[in-house]
Amino acid sequence: MTRVAVLKGGRSYERQVSLASGARVEDALERLGHEVIGIDVGSDLLRRLRDAACELAFIALHGPGGEDGSVQQLLEVLQLPYTGSGVSACARCSDKILTKHALRDAGLPTPDWVAFSDSAFRELGAADTLDAIELRLDFPLVVKPASQGSALGIKFARTPDDVPAALVAAFSYGRNVVLERYVPGRDLAVSVLGRVGGGAEVLPIVEAIPQGQDFYDFASRYDIGRTLFECPAELDDVLTARVQQIALDAYELLGCDGFARVDMMVGDDDEPQILEINPIPGLTETSLLPQAADAAGIAFDELVARVVEVAQARATRTA
Amino acid sequence: MSIDDDKRPRRARSSAHELERYSGLFAARTGRMRSSVMRDLMAITERPEVISLAGGLPDTSMFDPELFRSLMGQIADESAPQALQYGPTEGLQAVKEAITGVMAAEGMVVAPDELIVTTGGQQAIDLVCKALIDPGDIVIAEAPTYPGAIPAFCSYQAELVQIEMDADGMVVEMLEQRLDQLAADGRRPKFIYTIPTFHNPAGVTMSLPRRRRLVDLARERELLVLEDNPYGLLRYDGDGLATLRSLETPTGSRDGGDFVIYAGTMSKILSPGIRIGWVVAPRPVLAKLNLGKQSADLCSSSLTQYFVAAYFAAGGWREYIDLMCDCYRQRRDAMLDALAEYLPPEASWTHPQGGLFLWVTLPDYIDTTDLLARALQENVAFVPGEAAFDDGRGHNAMRLNFSCSDEAQIREGVRRIGKIVGEQVALYSTLTGNRKGAPPRVPAPVEPSMAEVLSLPHRTSRGGRRSRGG
Repeated sequence: MTRVAVLKGGRSYERQVSLASGARVEDALERLGHEVIGIDVGSDLLRRLRDAACELAFIALHGPGGEDGSVQQLLEVLQLPYTGSGVSACARCSDKILTKHALRDAGLPTPDWVAFSDSAFRELGAADTLDAIELRLDFPLVVKPASQGSALGIKFARTPDDVPAALVAAFSYGRNVVLERYVPGRDLAVSVLGRVGGGAEVLPIVEAIPQGQDFYDFASRYDIGRTLFECPAELDDVLTARVQQIALDAYELLGCDGFARVDMMVGDDDEPQILEINPIPGLTETSLLPQAADAAGIAFDELVARVVEVAQARATRTA
Repeated sequence: MSIDDDKRPRRARSSAHELERYSGLFAARTGRMRSSVMRDLMAITERPEVISLAGGLPDTSMFDPELFRSLMGQIADESAPQALQYGPTEGLQAVKEAITGVMAAEGMVVAPDELIVTTGGQQAIDLVCKALIDPGDIVIAEAPTYPGAIPAFCSYQAELVQIEMDADGMVVEMLEQRLDQLAADGRRPKFIYTIPTFHNPAGVTMSLPRRRRLVDLARERELLVLEDNPYGLLRYDGDGLATLRSLETPTGSRDGGDFVIYAGTMSKILSPGIRIGWVVAPRPVLAKLNLGKQSADLCSSSLTQYFVAAYFAAGGWREYIDLMCDCYRQRRDAMLDALAEYLPPEASWTHPQGGLFLWVTLPDYIDTTDLLARALQENVAFVPGEAAFDDGRGHNAMRLNFSCSDEAQIREGVRRIGKIVGEQVALYSTLTGNRKGAPPRVPAPVEPSMAEVLSLPHRTSRGGRRSRGG
């Protein structure tokens, strides 16, 4: 039995999803016989962690603060072992610009993009380059905040007229935005799960199939019945292997640990393109990583146990 | 063992497989029950440091705690067994009589047996849907409409048709055109839902000629109108207007109306926590609503009905409304002043004569759901306009509430909103000003009279939303 603090909630826009992930993890940890302290993360986090005198933190936070390395850094200072990826992997994955540069530098596929800060527009006249950007990326293009893990602020610009408003929306969430070539095709989520002895395995691929709309919205991934999820996705063996290998390469390249979810689009040409890597994927009842684990015969409790064990093994190695 | 703050009960294990099994069991109507990106954003508006102009709450801190204590004490002394017991489905007689007094204050003559007490005004909407709506039936409402009504319509699988508004409320001429179009397709709406007085969220009031025309139209075409009137007594300026219900049944008549269903509530004139509302309807409709209520909850809370009865018996309810009106008038004025001072010239807003809300329209290129995310970084919140539409409109509008924050908070909240709107306007100008060959954005055509107060362009050129979360 271990005393585990489950960190959930927080101030990010994904607070509700995080609370749902956290509650589910707490239940699983209790069933596994651990002593569980649920902490809704706020300014008293440090005091509560000290009061709890726990041996491990299970981070079930999503979005800025929890997923960007901040909490991980704090826990390292406290020398408290925690689940999931470390500071540097979280920092890279939560910034889509850093992620995409790392992927491209390593030769892993990601849709072509251009990224700007708001000051580039305000102070450097970047708006003058929009025509050139549009020529390079073509329409429709996707405009998104660099730092959000969820669908918040993601807009599709179908014509040049749509671009300025899409940029204004994306800048609502942070100082940096990505303009990315849109990849039409199949929407795949590839979950990677760490092994206790080191290394990682790729779980069956989940395909998200929107029901009755062009694009499924933010809510649909959390509401049963709004999007159809197929797991394992119906892909031929060659493509399956390729997609899984790319996901594993990305996981390792970015230094992820414990678990992560790699989101990809596979175009009509069967070429996978990585959109982003979520270092702390959702763990709710409708989340994709638990679905993938389930398809691999790993029930939720077992999944949680595994993530905890990987964290403990890492702590032992680095102690 | 768990030592969580909230002492959660242990939940059953659920896996993706099990969920899939449930998925097959859900009724088709749950597919239309809406949820949105806003839900997640609204969840973080409840932090104490956030100035929330988002809620629709009356300020219950004005209610005298001593009076509360004495009323509850009186109930304990005089009627404890009855207050703790089930009551009649249609409501306690004393409450129904108090309601006729409230309606009389707005010029309506109603007998107690023409109404049933409901669990809040929301239940009145739900019961009307339950009695009238088959899947695919049309309900007409204003554009925008009360955000809480949309889920009720959707959960009965109604098709919602929203009719434009201007400073004089629903444009009844457009309603007629729309009814003609529908009739040409062989379709007839089941009812028209309207909030004629101090509209939520638009903050406008339907003019008397429009009210008359709407009542005539209902009679001519034999259409039911659901008049939702939660705010009518919260008037801060101007003279009261006849309700649709009273236009249909001239003073002195006890015949009851033919086509107007009227929903009222104690929520804004006394307390939303007691969950007491009511519905008046033509007798055959009322009988169906009563049956619907039996299956919904047997009866509304006896305890809070005893509270209402004691409160009205004590007198002084008009004075309490006067007190609220004085307070809300000042808050509304503070909000109007702050909007004029802090919002850029590109923004416009309504000037309500009563109620709890006003509606701000921003340039078409600002999406208020995204703006809310930015606003939350500045610790201020509002309701994005999208919540008031079922068809994707309203993305550049927001609802602001002025009843539940004090004047200093209102001023500061509006200042913060003004600052970020100003930033977005400037950024957009930077993004478009320098572009060669970029055509100016032309907003969707709107009626000149509407443009001043309620510019609600259709969502034509706007991108969709796509999830990457999970």
